[in-house]
Amino acid sequence: MKLKGADILINCLLEQGVDTIFGYPGGAVLDIYDALYRNGKINHILTAHEQGAAHAADGYARATGKVGVCFATSGPGATNLVTGIATAFMDSIPMVAVTGNVGLNMLGRDSFQEVDIAGITMPITKHNYIVKDVKELAETVRRAFYIANSGRKGPVLIDILKNVQVAECEYLPQKPYPLKQLGIDTDRVRETADVINAAKKPLIIAGGGVISSGASAYLKELAKKLNAPVTYTLMGKGAISDGDERCIGMLGMHGTYTAAKALMASNVLIALGTRFSDRVALNRELFANGKKVIHIDIDNAEFDKNVKTSIRVLADIDTYLKTVLPMLNAKGTEWMEEVERYEEGEKLKTDTSIMAYKILKKASELAPRGNPVVADVGQHQMWTAQYFAAERPRQFLTSGGLGTMGYSMGAAIGAAFGTGKLVTAVVGDGCFNMNMNELSTAVTQGVPVVILLMNNSVLGMVRQWQKIFYARRFSQTTLDKKTDYVKFALSFGAKGLRIEREDEIEGVLKEAYSYAAEKCAPVLVDCRISCDENVLPMIKPGAAYDTQLEKMED
Amino acid sequence: MDDIKKYTIGALVSNKSGVLTRISGLFSRRGYNIESLTVCATEDDEISRMTIILKGDDYMLYQMIRQMDKLEDVKKIGCANELDCVYRELMLVKVRAGAQERNQIVQITEIYKAKVVDLSIDTMILELTGDPEKLDAFMAVIEPYGILEMQRTGVTVLARGKHTLKDRDCYGDHIN
Repeated sequence: MKLKGADILINCLLEQGVDTIFGYPGGAVLDIYDALYRNGKINHILTAHEQGAAHAADGYARATGKVGVCFATSGPGATNLVTGIATAFMDSIPMVAVTGNVGLNMLGRDSFQEVDIAGITMPITKHNYIVKDVKELAETVRRAFYIANSGRKGPVLIDILKNVQVAECEYLPQKPYPLKQLGIDTDRVRETADVINAAKKPLIIAGGGVISSGASAYLKELAKKLNAPVTYTLMGKGAISDGDERCIGMLGMHGTYTAAKALMASNVLIALGTRFSDRVALNRELFANGKKVIHIDIDNAEFDKNVKTSIRVLADIDTYLKTVLPMLNAKGTEWMEEVERYEEGEKLKTDTSIMAYKILKKASELAPRGNPVVADVGQHQMWTAQYFAAERPRQFLTSGGLGTMGYSMGAAIGAAFGTGKLVTAVVGDGCFNMNMNELSTAVTQGVPVVILLMNNSVLGMVRQWQKIFYARRFSQTTLDKKTDYVKFALSFGAKGLRIEREDEIEGVLKEAYSYAAEKCAPVLVDCRISCDENVLPMIKPGAAYDTQLEKMED
Repeated sequence: MDDIKKYTIGALVSNKSGVLTRISGLFSRRGYNIESLTVCATEDDEISRMTIILKGDDYMLYQMIRQMDKLEDVKKIGCANELDCVYRELMLVKVRAGAQERNQIVQITEIYKAKVVDLSIDTMILELTGDPEKLDAFMAVIEPYGILEMQRTGVTVLARGKHTLKDRDCYGDHIN
């Protein structure tokens, strides 16, 4: 059948099973929005800003494992997606961003709202396309989904010229391309099995790759068989349940005391789907420090990029674990017993007096079990990673690689639409001020989200660094806004609550969660915390793991 | 940083606009410099061939090959250094040549098997094809006469014998 380009796009999205799109209309996508309207089968969420739409598509993808889709018009609409696309790129999140652009006869003439979005997004997408001919459109959309979802996942942008949207072309429905099945070198796997079998103290490091490959069940089995501790990177939180007896929490700059101790005591590292970012490795020469490093990753370019490995296996984590598990011998409990002694030490060292700890521990207890929790970027992000328990993969969502302040509001909306569940969003007051406009989207769309605004009136993490590295010269980190966030929430049509004292925590949180669930609506909780609460422990950038700070230095 | 060497990377890429930008972007974002770049059409209309000379260490080479290999538009990639290859480059050089120097320059040209392709009252254009080292050596000898302008095409390379880039595994396989 002959269809207009805009209708072909919508039909191709339906082929891929797209049920929700986050976006914002404009001049160069009028035909696409018209096709969406006439088709009526896809739920479109209108955000307040294109950045919110990109983060929502990202949150949807992280929470569901499906490809997130966002729409924007040309020019500023397209550039507003950029931060969201870069966020998805850094964390390997499958996303397809569709932008409109001026027609071919206007292209390159600095036309109104014309921008070279393909050029701009080249380094932050897996691939991108400019569609100039309607005959290429269907194939481009199908390829875009395939690329976004295959191998190491990531965002793909399709820029569709206005003339393509209105031109007609023959359209035949087609099934999505099957994803490429990556083989595995079993001899290499055998080599890793030999090293693991000989290892007295293996430490498993679970990265985001464990989650994107859906390998959590095998990870649990591996830890059980080896009686080995599992630490995770920020992106790997949820790969193993925080409640698992062998899970020792996060690794890295603000990782747990136990994970740091276990890393130093271990003799073999089993790194699964992790890229040894500078926030994990800190000092890439000293990180492994003579230990054997087994690195499994789906991206060949990650091997030896940051940390030198002893054996590497190019594979999907799921495939690797399935292959290696039968080759491994069960180990005794001596190593885990040693690690448990570190955990005892940890209990004494954790500062449970800070409000952030009390609020997030309580929220972790009161939030519906296993429901998504989104953390924005900064101190509250680290506190959430440390204190808010994740039970399952795809529960904890945060911008890890790019560290995008303002991520959480959009992502929470995306996660809520993806899962149909109540979402907790933990956000600092600095971050909230960047994308608070999306609270209006949450109200309009009836999104059940409890926003825990960790309000300390400062840019906490930057301030913490100023304390440590800049002799407490607090340059531009004191926000001191006069905003009344409870009234702000009310004015947006949301519920606003406040926690000022410790004895209010439980009551207010209970009220917030029950209101959000019953009314299917957002609740903003203004949590007043001190500007001098710090994220600890901490290892300074570039430092070795034996220099972990348990207290702030004076 | 390990030893600095010159590496020759060969790649078969889609013959589309934007491909060069994608590839050069991978180098520039890492602060790596492309010493020489040659792009041309191939026997297949849809494929272009790139030859990139990278000055750097092993780490830089592996990163660049692996990062380029991830691009949708890169079909095959390999490093030619481990293979026995033929390297060729073409150079045109316009040299100051009055009546007095002309004979000396022609003599040098003959020794290097270069050609005189243009002659005016006080200039000559010389053409030379050969491996990059030969071109460098020729330049050093001709330089004292005064070089007005010059241009080199960049390096082209093919492996001797049956090896082809299409059959990547045989072409200096740095991939895994």
